[in-house]
Amino acid sequence: MTWEKLRKILDDVKEAFGEDIEGEVFLEKKIAKVIVKKEALVEVARYLKDRHGFDHVKGVTGVDLSRLKEGGGPFIEVIYHLGSLGDQELADSILNLSVKLDLEKPMVSSLFSIWPSVEYHEREVYDMLGVIFEGHPDLKRILLPEYWMDIPPLRKEYKIPGRE
Amino acid sequence: MVLEEKKKIEVYDIGGPRLTFSYGPQHPGTGHFRMIVTVSGDTVVDLEPDPGFVHRGEEKMAEYKTWITNIPHLERPSILDAAGMVIPYCLTVEKLMEVEIPERAKYLRTLIAELDRIASHLYWFSLYGIFLGHSTMFLWCVNDREFILDLSQHITGQRFTHAYYVPGGVRNDAPRKVSKELVKEFKLYYSRMLGREPSEDELSEDFKKYVVAVTHFMDLRLDHYYEMFFNNEIFIERVRRVGVLKREDAIRLGVPGTTLRASGVKYDTRINDPYDAYPLLKFEIPVRTEGDCYARAMIGFQEIRESLKIIRQSVEQMPEGPFKLKQHPLIIRVPKGEALGRAEAARGEMIYYIVSDGTDRPYRLRMVTPSFRLLPALRHLSLGARIADIPPIYWSLNYWPVEADR
Repeated sequence: MTWEKLRKILDDVKEAFGEDIEGEVFLEKKIAKVIVKKEALVEVARYLKDRHGFDHVKGVTGVDLSRLKEGGGPFIEVIYHLGSLGDQELADSILNLSVKLDLEKPMVSSLFSIWPSVEYHEREVYDMLGVIFEGHPDLKRILLPEYWMDIPPLRKEYKIPGRE
Repeated sequence: MVLEEKKKIEVYDIGGPRLTFSYGPQHPGTGHFRMIVTVSGDTVVDLEPDPGFVHRGEEKMAEYKTWITNIPHLERPSILDAAGMVIPYCLTVEKLMEVEIPERAKYLRTLIAELDRIASHLYWFSLYGIFLGHSTMFLWCVNDREFILDLSQHITGQRFTHAYYVPGGVRNDAPRKVSKELVKEFKLYYSRMLGREPSEDELSEDFKKYVVAVTHFMDLRLDHYYEMFFNNEIFIERVRRVGVLKREDAIRLGVPGTTLRASGVKYDTRINDPYDAYPLLKFEIPVRTEGDCYARAMIGFQEIRESLKIIRQSVEQMPEGPFKLKQHPLIIRVPKGEALGRAEAARGEMIYYIVSDGTDRPYRLRMVTPSFRLLPALRHLSLGARIADIPPIYWSLNYWPVEADR
């Protein structure tokens, strides 16, 4: 039931945005993910909120794709895990909204104006992967110490000192 | 910039009637967590949560360890709720491997998950109580928790952080009998607390009987708790109508767990996205609509009762059979791909997003903990509150700094 619903939502988004959708990953019982172009992120997010009722973000994940053998490249993927609490029909589903950014200069618009729940999650992705979220009200370090001067630790080029 | 930051640590006059000071990280009332509080008189005008003092880099560490050796360190963020931390990890890995665990393993997982939920909630109440000046609450909860932990030890081999879950089942089976010493000790405690000895029918060395006896004892103790704390004017005065989180705000800020259910949203992963043996059991999800500190505490209290029901049902319904797919090897390889899994930890929804590239360790492991999602609510509730309301607000959210920082 959940997966049929997610399939319908993905098809609807693809129809509404056409070329702005770069791709999708739909694996039943595993993940439902829609990959959008950077420029269209805010519009797709607003569409998902207003039309489909995804009212909060459960988390924001950043993935450094540079060492991934299949489907990798010099990108950082930022994934928003969207959920719904107000709509009981949708409460059992998580939709992933993803955008691929340039590894050298990762910049994207913040979704704070649409979902205030992203505030601390976006700060964490900034902290751990160095992604700049434009329009975020207070983008600064959250988990690492303020004096951290090394490269962001969740990038693949960062090695834990003393291991490997 | 650095100087500016340093200044914030000390109490200093920022002109006018306002004062900024640091609440934590060494403050006994917060754990290792700092709140930068600005007050005007007795009223909080700004509160900025500043986590990160106990950040351990769990996500980076997971990329260096194998799928199996990841288990013990992933449960460290919340040691009392090890089950809540590791079940979603195992569920996600199982999704990637496309396997289904045996029936008995499902029940065993559910049993330990609920024991951990009770232990975690009792510890929450003990701290909640002591920071409101209720030292009895601390002593009672910690004392009763002992028998829940003993039971965990008998099944898993460890009181907490038991690393009991492995992808494909659980590490070992439950015993058929519990030890004589444990029964003797429990009998003594039972008679001291309730004023009568349990009969042979109620309590014996038989594993099922012992578990049922412990749950019945906890049920009776909860009646005492209600009289002593939750229906106590001293407690109620401090927490009722304090820190009210409205339903719209709870949804907007995306808060999980007990906080969400106290604000009138019926949402629990055990019901909404069922896993393990939960779809086969009967239990209620307590929901309240007040959204204040009292409602949040009562949700936890009611959840313990429901957990006891689940434990009784799972030992009674548990089938015989294998408890894992096969003797689990130390090194497994997980097929390429990505998956998202979730489960209901004691503090709320716990999510894992895992990318595998087909090797013996994860390419990327992301854990979204419930405590981290409580940060916006902490700020929202504190604005306009009194200084004396900060401890009840903080503890009613059941925020755990180590879990948030990972």
